[in-house]
Amino acid sequence: MIKMKALVCRECGKEYPTKAIHVCEMCFGPLEVKYNYEEIKKSISRKKIADGPDSIWRYIDLLPVEGTNFVGPHAGFTPLVRAKNLGGYLGLEQLYIKNDTVNHPTLSFKDRVVAVALTRARELGFETVACASTGNLANSVSAHAASANLHCYVFIPNDLEAAKVLGNLIYKPHVVEVEGNYDDVNRLCSEIAGEHGWAFVNINIRPYYAEGSKTLAFETVEQLGWKTPDQVVIPMASGSLLTKIWKGLHEMKSLELIDSVRTKINGAQAEGCSPISTAFKAGRDFFKPVKPKTIAKSLAIGNPADGYYALKATAESAGAMDMVTDEEVVEGIKLLAQTEGIFSETAGGVTIGVLKKLVKQGVIKKNDVTVAYITGNGLKTQEAVIDSVGRPVRIQPSLVDFEKTFKMGKNGGGDT
Amino acid sequence: MIKVRIPTPLRTLTKGQGEVEAQAGSVWEMIEALNHAHPGMKDRLCDETGELRRFVNIYINEEDIRFLKGKETSLKDGDEVSIVPAIAGG
Repeated sequence: MIKMKALVCRECGKEYPTKAIHVCEMCFGPLEVKYNYEEIKKSISRKKIADGPDSIWRYIDLLPVEGTNFVGPHAGFTPLVRAKNLGGYLGLEQLYIKNDTVNHPTLSFKDRVVAVALTRARELGFETVACASTGNLANSVSAHAASANLHCYVFIPNDLEAAKVLGNLIYKPHVVEVEGNYDDVNRLCSEIAGEHGWAFVNINIRPYYAEGSKTLAFETVEQLGWKTPDQVVIPMASGSLLTKIWKGLHEMKSLELIDSVRTKINGAQAEGCSPISTAFKAGRDFFKPVKPKTIAKSLAIGNPADGYYALKATAESAGAMDMVTDEEVVEGIKLLAQTEGIFSETAGGVTIGVLKKLVKQGVIKKNDVTVAYITGNGLKTQEAVIDSVGRPVRIQPSLVDFEKTFKMGKNGGGDT
Repeated sequence: MIKVRIPTPLRTLTKGQGEVEAQAGSVWEMIEALNHAHPGMKDRLCDETGELRRFVNIYINEEDIRFLKGKETSLKDGDEVSIVPAIAGG
């Protein structure tokens, strides 16, 4: 079965071959994969999916690769956690956390998109892969490139968290720290990509790469028993993830895997970098780029490539967008950790902070089946919380000292 | 003179050149000058109403013109301009 018909411009509809290109030559619009849905419909079924591997590749019929020589065979199929404690705290009866803090192998949702991107890059014959990244993407590209024996260059801003820098170096790619913010890195990489024949996963491989995010929608629906949630809360950087979750839900409907999509799509940003949420709240369908200033560095994209489409998807779904302060981000991280035992990076703090706000505003209601997407692991952004989690209690290695410290009597006693 | 870096999708208009020169006092004048030297350039960069297309990004000495004065931003001798299509991301 030929799944991919062409690449097609989202703006003017011009078609291109399924190569490593991402921009329409005529109008500069982004290119997207055009699938042969009639053929896919004949072979896809709930059963076929359920019988597939415990990874994103169970949805291979809707992913833009030709073969099964996968880079990243274990990405995805992360837990959908019923969050009773956090739900109770917020006043939600049916809250779920889609927990991509435990994605394989680099603990963020980027393992999904990179698995797709590098599988496709290898199919297209590339030997060198690269990316512009706020951290998680670079970690995932570095790790997957190591396992697939590909040459690798990752470009990052010069102010990243220590663990996100180390999380590249350990795999020994070329790590290029660019003096500037992500938008500077991104512009530079767009120019480098024009000169060197590499597979830049989020530039010339982007039409394939971005499709990997749909698997977050597919998994959510399958894990809810083939039902769509009423509300989702999604962190936004470039806006691509939100756009693709919306697309994934609609693909499932058009392939009759589900009856209808009633999901409201809600987008979350940090106040220090909220071009998309700001535009949405002002009722605009276009955004103004900003210079990011927030601890949520993985979301610090001031010129979001899919901002326009994220605004459109949220409006179409009758959803909402909002933003939170850095203090609320830290509170969100701690709240999720202390209620559900899930340690998220700053982006998750943004998601939980905005979830809390939307519940308070009455946008998300008590009985709504709600899914919050937690896309990265807290061990990578320790700087954000290190000063607000206290210190261990230090004692001598003696029973007496222990019981004294915790004011315990001899037989049992206090349980501080 | 200003230097203008041309992205791959527009190089069919510049006979493959990745960098061209132009004489212009503003971004707007630069687009006109490029169009004069490389016919068809304006249609690619601007929509029917003459506004820059949604996915076209222009930088002067590394600064996005949307942080400056957009198309009205002035240019001086020695400035370097980059045209970057559909910034990616993530």
